[in-house]
Amino acid sequence: MTTDTRDMRNIQEDYSKDINEDIHWAKINEDVLRSMENPRMGYWIAVGVSLFLLSFAVIAEIYQYNTGMGPSNLNWPHMWDLYIATFVFWIGMSHSGTLLSAILHIIKADWRKPIYRFAEAMTTFSLMTAGLFPIIHLGRLWNMYWVIPYYSDRGIWPNFRSPLVWDAFAITTYLTSSALFLFVGMIPDLAICRDNAKGWRKKLYTALSLGWRGDDRQWRNFRKTYLLMACFLIPLAVSVHSIVSADFAMSIMPGWHVTTFPPYFVAGALYSGCAAIITLFILLRYFFRFEEYMTIAILEKTCKLTFAISMVWTYLLFIEFAATWYGPDAVDKELLIGKFTGPYSPLFITMIFLGSILPLTLAFEKFRRNIPMMFVVSLLLNVGMWLERYMIVTPTLSLSYEPFAQNVMWPSWVEWFILLGSFGWFGLLFLVFVKIFPSVSMYEVKEMIFHRRHLANKEIAAVMHRRLDDAEKKPSTTTPEPGLEGA
Amino acid sequence: MKKRAHVMALFSNFDEAFAAVAEIRYYRIPGLTVDDVNVISPIEHPEIEEFLGERESHVPKFTIMGALFGLSFGFFFLCTAQANFLVQPQGGKPVVPLPSNFVLTYEMLILFGVIATLIGFALGARLFKKRDSLYSESVSLDQVAIELHVDEKYMEPLKQLFTEHKALEIREAVA
Repeated sequence: MTTDTRDMRNIQEDYSKDINEDIHWAKINEDVLRSMENPRMGYWIAVGVSLFLLSFAVIAEIYQYNTGMGPSNLNWPHMWDLYIATFVFWIGMSHSGTLLSAILHIIKADWRKPIYRFAEAMTTFSLMTAGLFPIIHLGRLWNMYWVIPYYSDRGIWPNFRSPLVWDAFAITTYLTSSALFLFVGMIPDLAICRDNAKGWRKKLYTALSLGWRGDDRQWRNFRKTYLLMACFLIPLAVSVHSIVSADFAMSIMPGWHVTTFPPYFVAGALYSGCAAIITLFILLRYFFRFEEYMTIAILEKTCKLTFAISMVWTYLLFIEFAATWYGPDAVDKELLIGKFTGPYSPLFITMIFLGSILPLTLAFEKFRRNIPMMFVVSLLLNVGMWLERYMIVTPTLSLSYEPFAQNVMWPSWVEWFILLGSFGWFGLLFLVFVKIFPSVSMYEVKEMIFHRRHLANKEIAAVMHRRLDDAEKKPSTTTPEPGLEGA
Repeated sequence: MKKRAHVMALFSNFDEAFAAVAEIRYYRIPGLTVDDVNVISPIEHPEIEEFLGERESHVPKFTIMGALFGLSFGFFFLCTAQANFLVQPQGGKPVVPLPSNFVLTYEMLILFGVIATLIGFALGARLFKKRDSLYSESVSLDQVAIELHVDEKYMEPLKQLFTEHKALEIREAVA
């Protein structure tokens, strides 16, 4: 048995440790840099699948562009349908990455360190995917810039009272801020890449690392910047999905005019985002051989968090049912009954099962440690969360106030193809990112190991916690074991 | 004219580096103070300020200025845009809808706050500067460096001090 195999077995058996504290700093660099050069075959298969899915959307969009919106089945009263449901889904997916990273950073939960980078990237790419759907939904793609409030010679400004304009502001702010947050957090790692790369990669990393050298002035400013940006991003993320919920809640349509929609949407967003983090965690762990960094202990913590959020979401869902049931709005109540008994009931009941019953598996340690099972569960949770968005949009449009406007509509092949393609688009962006940029934060994993090792060693902790007055004492000059830097 | 020297010593861990800093702080070399010292490291040591003393960061000031700019610019931008919108009927609603503007101003506050924070970081951390010739790639790997810009006369005592503290390598340049 090789040393590596023995190490791997030991790591997999020790579920209590978030990370192997004896890992050398040089090995962290080596492993992460290697991942960008030499992924498993599964990575290339995933790239192929993403391209295949994306081609569906390209074909459908070309057809829709040339033919008009007719083939998408979007017609009165179904003016919003799969596109807007999928837009809300992708916005929701974007929430966990940056929001959880920022919250866990502020509360100093260091287990976030090996996984936050790809989670933040997920946020950025989900937003880029979400942003395509209102544009596709417009039909007249070339007019999408009209939503931007600029002084035009037409003398026309967008309607600032419309939540759709608020969306444009909120999503632009969120995309800009979360992309900058991702970038700032990557700068020290980009410097590591710069110091080890050759060819075009060296040029790219040199430009992006902005001359980072790691002196105390840079670290001091970096720490403050990252913390301040995290403080901005938490209320921003909450506001963005609250504003998306306002697209519905500000209307007077049955099933949409709901007071609890903002927290319900935020909880749903966190829920689907956490499930996506689990999916991507498992994929990256396999593709890049990150078993030593993306450990079962961290997976378990993410699963527990997902379970807690799923229960919050379930509570808010049933609160919404109860408020409708006991409320005075007869049409709203009819819609709720229609969701359970009408043509969309199989989808609605599947949504409740996948969103509220299936996450109970996350409560059991035995299941949480079963990686294939968690992979399937996380995918199904997101199927449930997509159905949730579809069940918000479509039944309301089918069973509105006027009986003559009530009809059932199913999405056309064009809509399904564009939906599938959106997963390909997201997958491709994400996979290209993790191939070019480090998906595990090297400097933060080093910090995590440094802190944990020092907390575990009382002698070292005493040295670490000496104060100015103690500095006169001759510090120990014992050289640590090679590779156990800082110890 | 006195020549300025640039010295950098590489250490295998923080303890050795901080021990050397402690000696400089206690004037082992007369004329040199801890304010002349820069520590370059792969991570930020959690207690580095205990060794180097409090050093200021102006990033929060940029953040506040950016947020205030976003707040005021956002609100007035929206108001002027809405005031230009009179050609369309308002249906009895106010020309400047405050509830909507609060939401949008909030987003502008955050956007400009974040951008200003980033500008503060770039200026405060002195990014975009070309790395000097003494920069060692091992600092981004696992070593800790102490760097000083001093008069040439301090070179020898400094090198001696670094050697005492088991510096792995000492790099120097004279301008």
